[in-house]
Amino acid sequence: MLTDDDLAAIWLTLRLATTVTILLLIIGTPLALWLANTRSLAKGPVSALVALPLVLPPTVIGFYLLMFMGPSGPIGQLTETLGLGTLPFTFWGLVVASVIYSLPFVVQPIRNAIEAQGARPSEVAATLRASLWDRFWSVTLPLAKPGILTASVLGFAHTVGEFGVVLMIGGNIPGETRVVSVQIYDHVEALEYAQAHWLSAVMVGFSFVVLLALYLLQQRKSALGTPYGI
Amino acid sequence: MGFDPDLLTSPATRIRGYFHLPLPRGDNERQFTLDVKLDIPGRGVTGIFGSSGSGKTTLLRCIAGLQFCKNGSLSVKGEVWQGMEKTLPVHQRPLGFVFQQPSLFPHLTAERNLLFARKRAWKSVSPTEYEQIIALMGIEHLLGQRPAALSGGEQQRVAIARALLIKPSLLLMDEPLASLDQMRKREILPYLEKLHRTLDIPILYVSHAVEEIARLADHLLLMEDGKIVREGLASAVLSRTDFPVPLGDDLGVVVDARIAERSSEWRLARVQFHGGDLWLRDSGEAIGEPIRVRILARDISLSLDAHTRTSILNRLPVRVQEITADSDPAMVLMRLEPKMQNASTTTETCLIARITRRSLQQLKITKGSELWAQIKSVAIVR
Repeated sequence: MLTDDDLAAIWLTLRLATTVTILLLIIGTPLALWLANTRSLAKGPVSALVALPLVLPPTVIGFYLLMFMGPSGPIGQLTETLGLGTLPFTFWGLVVASVIYSLPFVVQPIRNAIEAQGARPSEVAATLRASLWDRFWSVTLPLAKPGILTASVLGFAHTVGEFGVVLMIGGNIPGETRVVSVQIYDHVEALEYAQAHWLSAVMVGFSFVVLLALYLLQQRKSALGTPYGI
Repeated sequence: MGFDPDLLTSPATRIRGYFHLPLPRGDNERQFTLDVKLDIPGRGVTGIFGSSGSGKTTLLRCIAGLQFCKNGSLSVKGEVWQGMEKTLPVHQRPLGFVFQQPSLFPHLTAERNLLFARKRAWKSVSPTEYEQIIALMGIEHLLGQRPAALSGGEQQRVAIARALLIKPSLLLMDEPLASLDQMRKREILPYLEKLHRTLDIPILYVSHAVEEIARLADHLLLMEDGKIVREGLASAVLSRTDFPVPLGDDLGVVVDARIAERSSEWRLARVQFHGGDLWLRDSGEAIGEPIRVRILARDISLSLDAHTRTSILNRLPVRVQEITADSDPAMVLMRLEPKMQNASTTTETCLIARITRRSLQQLKITKGSELWAQIKSVAIVR
C-alpha cells in the first residue's frame, strides 16, 4: 500500500497543482483576452512565446529557469535583494516553473473560447449600456466558461504529470519538491516495483477520472446548445 | 469636407451628423468610402434603404459608435454624441440597437436577457412598463426559455424588447427581418408597426426590402455606394420614376390616406387621400383612422375613357406628368398626377404606372394627356 512518503508526495502534488492552476487562471485569462482581441504587432511573438513549452524538452525549460532563478541569474538576484532567497529547490520555485510550463494549456482553450464568441456579444452588451469591465464579467467570461473549465482541468492535470522540469528545478526534497512523478522514479530506481505500481495506478486512475469528467461536462454543454467548446 | 461645427448647435428636434470613413475591402475591389451628411427628423421612422454593400449598416454602426469614424460628428436631438472634443463610447450613448442576426446572450434565458437591459436602463423601468413592452412584443410565454430553444422570429422579438427596455432615445434597427424567412417576417412586421404607433422613440430602420420600408418608414434615405443619393418623405421618395435602385416588380407608390366611409353591405371601406378616393377591403379600422396603402406600378392599367362596365373598382382620372424609360426596353414608366375633381390645386400624391411602349404609342399618350388609371389592386400596408 501507500507509504507515508507516498502520501506526502500526493499531498504536495495536489497543493502544487492547485496553486499553479489558480495562478494560471489569474495570469492566463487576461493574456488570452488580450491575444483574442489585440491587433498589436506583438500578438505573433507573444503567441509563440506562450506556446514554446509545448515543443521544448522540459529539461531545456528547467535548465534556463535554473539559470535565471539561481543566485547569479537576474530573477535570483531580484528575489535575493527582496529577501526571499533563491527559488530553485523550493516549493515556490516549482510553482513558478510549473506556471510557465503549463501556460499554453490554459491560455489556448480560453483564447479559443473567446475567439469563438466573436465581437458580437460584447457589442450587444455595449449597446445595452455595459462598460468594458461590465462586459467582461457579465458576457465574455460567462460565455467562455466551458473554455475556462477545460483550461483549469488541463492546467491542473498537466502540472500533476510534469517530471523533467521538476527534476531540473526542484530536485528531490521530501515534502518540499518531491512530487508523485519524482517519487515513482525514486521507487523504480530503488527497485520497489510494488510501491511504484500503487502510485502509478493512482495517477492513471486520477487522470482518467479527470478527463472523463471533462468530456462528460462538455457533452452536456453541447447538448444545451452552447456552441462554445474547446 | 471637414468637420462641421454647425452640427454642434443642432436643434433638439433633429439628428445631424457627418461621417467620412474609407474602409478597406477585399483584394480586387476598389475601396469603399462612407461619405454621408445626415440631417433627419428626430421622430418617426426613418428608413435607410439601399442595395447590399451601399453602406447602410456601416452608417448605422457609425451612429451607434460600434464603428469608429475618426472624421465624423454626430448630434442627436441636441445632444452631442461625437464632436471635436469628445466622442461618447457606445455604452454611454442612449441608444437601442437591434442587430440583423438575433443576438441574444446564449448563456441567459429570454427573461434574464431582458433583465440585463432593465438593470442597466437609462431611466428606471416600472413593472407596468416592463409588462407593457413584453406584451407589445408578445413574448410572455417565452420568458423562461433559453435562446437556443426559440425560433429566429421569437428571438428577434425578445431582442427588440431588450433594446426597448434600455429606454433609448434613439432606436437603431439593422435589417431586423433579413435573417428570417417570409413567414417569420409576416409574424414580426405587425409588432414593428405597433412599436411605431405606440412609442415615441425615433427609429432608424435599415433595410433592403421595399416592402418593409413601404410599411414602416415615414422618412426615407436612399443610399448608394456609401452616399445618400436621395431623401425625403417616404411617400414622396417612393413615388419617383427615377428610383435609383432597380426595384422590378416592387416599384410602386405608397399613399397615406384616411378611412372616410365603411360599407357593411359590401364589406368595403372608402379611403380618402390628397387626390381622390379608393375602395378597399374593409379591414376593421374606424372612420377617420390613418391608413397607408401601396399601389404597385404593375397593378395600374390606363384607358382613354372611363370604362364603367368593368370589374375594376378603383378608377381615377389622372394627368400624365412624366414619361421615362424603364430598365425593361419593352416598357415605359409614367408618373401620374390625380386630377382633383373638386379642386384645382395639384397634389403631391402621385401614381406610377408601367405600361408597354406599344400601348404608349397606340393610345398616343404624351406628357399632359388626361387618362383614367384603373387600379387592379391596392395593398393596405399599415
